[in-house]
Amino acid sequence: MTALDLAQQIKAQFGELISVPAEFRGEITVTVADAERIAEVCDFARQSLGCDGLIDLSSVDNYGEDPRWTLVYELYGYGHRCHLRLKTSVSEEKSELPTISGIWRTADWHEREIYDMMGVRFRGHSDLRRILMWDGYPYFPLRKDFPLAGKPTDLPDVAFTKTAPLEGGPFVTVAGGKDTMAREPRVRNPEN
Amino acid sequence: MPTQTEIGYNSKIEGDVIVTRVDAALNWFRQNSIWPMPMGLACCAIELMAAGASRYDISRFGSEVMRFSPRQSDVMIVAGTVTYKMALAVRRVYEQMAEPKWVIAMGACASTGGMYRSYAVLQGVDNIIPVDVYVAGCPPRPEALLDALIKLQNKIGKEPLLATQKSVA
Repeated sequence: MTALDLAQQIKAQFGELISVPAEFRGEITVTVADAERIAEVCDFARQSLGCDGLIDLSSVDNYGEDPRWTLVYELYGYGHRCHLRLKTSVSEEKSELPTISGIWRTADWHEREIYDMMGVRFRGHSDLRRILMWDGYPYFPLRKDFPLAGKPTDLPDVAFTKTAPLEGGPFVTVAGGKDTMAREPRVRNPEN
Repeated sequence: MPTQTEIGYNSKIEGDVIVTRVDAALNWFRQNSIWPMPMGLACCAIELMAAGASRYDISRFGSEVMRFSPRQSDVMIVAGTVTYKMALAVRRVYEQMAEPKWVIAMGACASTGGMYRSYAVLQGVDNIIPVDVYVAGCPPRPEALLDALIKLQNKIGKEPLLATQKSVA
């Protein structure tokens, strides 16, 4: 059993819904075309393919593109020790897809974190509250259009936030630069 | 063999009398028994624990009684990153401390927000409570915290205690 076998079995079960498995550096990724059916695919992977662990569930903000959100599901089976990655996309207008917290209980907090940081909602989640920020915080701070310094808010008796002084920053390092001058943290705005 | 050096008070010379000022005596009581409220919020709290343990031994300076109740403590040692989510809780604990009370901001995060120029982190605990001593470091070594404690003791020793007392009519 390899990750490619898993991907092909999913493909055989769901057909056109699943993309051709893509391999990169020994890892297999398949894309699920319709995010509405992600729970169905995950349920099949757990029940029939022995993927009994969800390593991670994360989200990507493709700001400026449509669909805006990509959700990444990292599946693993402790029996066959294969790792399979599922990706699916959700548009900004919709920002909603079915929960998988009924399939892997660990997805409960992962989905709450994605809701808190990105503002993508999970339909059917039993307790979709913010997990890091407080209830009533008005923004989703991991979105690309949210400034690094934050925005001022005030929720009396709960919490307040202010804009952090960036002093000309953000200062960004560049990995793999030719010399220290190129690598060290400097102001690197997209404009210049 | 008994030491021959006479340090400080000698009852044979002074008689049984000590002359001092009231506020100097009161300050002396205060400065040598500062009970900390350990507000450990991040990795600085590990160094705070090291300062309290045997190797660095904060009890040499009279501050070994870590009180986890604000009502029994004199100095709040804010050790770590104060997030906005924690900020009002820190202020609430500070407000529950009985006067006189002092604050040590331990480490870069508590002093200025440190490396977290971020939407989530309070940029210095002095935004919400008054700070007496700031300790640099990320995290500061236990010696740095002990130095801050000594600085605070010197500050308390110089407080014009009686001049600032409110008169009770």
